[in-house]
Amino acid sequence: MKVKQIAIFLENKSGRLADISHTLAENAINIRALSLADTADFGILRLVVNDTNKAQQVLKENGFTVGITEVLVVEVPDKPGALDCILQVVRKAGLNVEYMYAFTKKSGESGMLLFRFDDQDAAVEVFQKAGCRLLSDDEVHAL
Amino acid sequence: MIWNEEYETLPREALEALQLKRLKAQVARVHATVAYYRKKMEDAGVTPDDIQTLADIRLLPFTTKEDLRKNYPFGLFTVPMEKVVRIHASSGTTGKPTVVGYTKRDIEMWAELMTRTLSAAGVHSGDIVHNAYGYGLFTGGLGAHYGAENLGAAVIPISGGNTKRQIQIMQDFGSTVLLSTPSYALNIADAMADQGIDPATLKLRVGVFGAEPWSEAMREEIEQRLKIKAIDIYGLSEVMGPGVAAECIEEQKGLHIMEDHFLPEIVDPDTFAPLPLGEAGELVFTTLTKEAFPVIRYRTKDISRLIPDVCSCGRTFYRIPKITGRTDDMLIIRGVNVFPSQIEEVIMGVEGVEPHYQIVVEREGSLDKIEVQVEVSEAIFSDEVKSLEKLSKKLQTEIKDLLGISCTIKLVEPKTIQRSEGKAKRVIDNRKI
Repeated sequence: MKVKQIAIFLENKSGRLADISHTLAENAINIRALSLADTADFGILRLVVNDTNKAQQVLKENGFTVGITEVLVVEVPDKPGALDCILQVVRKAGLNVEYMYAFTKKSGESGMLLFRFDDQDAAVEVFQKAGCRLLSDDEVHAL
Repeated sequence: MIWNEEYETLPREALEALQLKRLKAQVARVHATVAYYRKKMEDAGVTPDDIQTLADIRLLPFTTKEDLRKNYPFGLFTVPMEKVVRIHASSGTTGKPTVVGYTKRDIEMWAELMTRTLSAAGVHSGDIVHNAYGYGLFTGGLGAHYGAENLGAAVIPISGGNTKRQIQIMQDFGSTVLLSTPSYALNIADAMADQGIDPATLKLRVGVFGAEPWSEAMREEIEQRLKIKAIDIYGLSEVMGPGVAAECIEEQKGLHIMEDHFLPEIVDPDTFAPLPLGEAGELVFTTLTKEAFPVIRYRTKDISRLIPDVCSCGRTFYRIPKITGRTDDMLIIRGVNVFPSQIEEVIMGVEGVEPHYQIVVEREGSLDKIEVQVEVSEAIFSDEVKSLEKLSKKLQTEIKDLLGISCTIKLVEPKTIQRSEGKAKRVIDNRKI
């Protein structure tokens, strides 16, 4: 029920993001979803890609600090109120979101919400009880 | 003005006779009372009786900060604790401070030398002395305080920090003399400029600055911005504290060493062989009169040379030029001694942090700023911003706790800190000193 995400440490200097995209491009890795957290001093790039292991390997070889973490991916219909519906579930259960980002599979079809909670296992339970559809690692990477 | 005409203008011959008499007594006393010194002398095959001329001092072994550390805290005191009336300490290489003690007579002698120092800077009774040196374990605050009181000046024991209040008090109390680190003096000048205060409206006349290296360019800047005369003083806690050497306001060219109490030597920093008079090398001091904590041939690691020329002020003591270099990697940041190894220790203490770090020192405006760059390894990397920020904060707090100075932590990508062959370059000092 958990999906592997790659996180990469980025120093605040120009061109670093392009270095990552270039490394991924050269190795024919496809990016499914992406989010960049920025602070005054550094950034963290989070990616869900089609081949996590290969992406990790090539990024490491190119000198990046890479971490693999797990996120929950919830599929929702691509229509107004869908995100709110999920976040109400999250609020009711008292779950604490560390971060989240989203992408749509195909406009008008379905949206994917990627969550990182402080307690991932509790969140899985909550979503399952609420009848939300959680995507597996394979499903996401096969998208 | 010369405070102690009798001693400060002693003809060289009489001065050297006095130094020899005091040196013999000091060496004999240290030999008799401190097992550690006795052992070192025995190992070097020298006895106090071998000291027959001032040049014989070279027979004696050196004392280093390492010796002081080994005897932490009171191992090198030559008197029982009942005779010690004051203890000071400075930061050391391993987190353990260097501890120094003073008898009642030491405190009086120190006050006398600080009185001479202030007097040489043109300070006199009736002056209002704004003492912004730190009070506490650091020797600066109290050392200067006793000298100013002994001189008959009114001391404001304001210590460091809270610059706005410092300026307010300068205005309200009519401070005529500023004692501080030179960088803090510039900080005060900046704060005055920010508040739109014209220094010419203050009563400040002279500043007596020490505890960190500073350049002639910085002197010009301080003098011009604060509209005062800026005087350089030199001292280190291992030898006494402030008051070991002082500039005279007449010349402002080199600092007169209080040679009746401290015997200076200049040695080759590599071979430790004594260098001919006037040549530059490592400055070494032997205390001639200190009771509680004398040092024999203490290696300061400061690079200097002796200027034997007679000074127009009338003092016969040799001078040393402004000190701008050291033989080791010690940094002096806002008056605090910082060894890169101390910062390293903090970094190594945090689990998972790579031993690759770099310390960058900048002078921003007038204050020294330290940035510690740490490489982010996989072990400490997290996909959550707050974890990395927590790590920065932890390093920052621990460095502050250990050294008493604030720094910023910059997390950098792996392999971005330059690896050098052999000794790693840990410090980039961008200050223009």
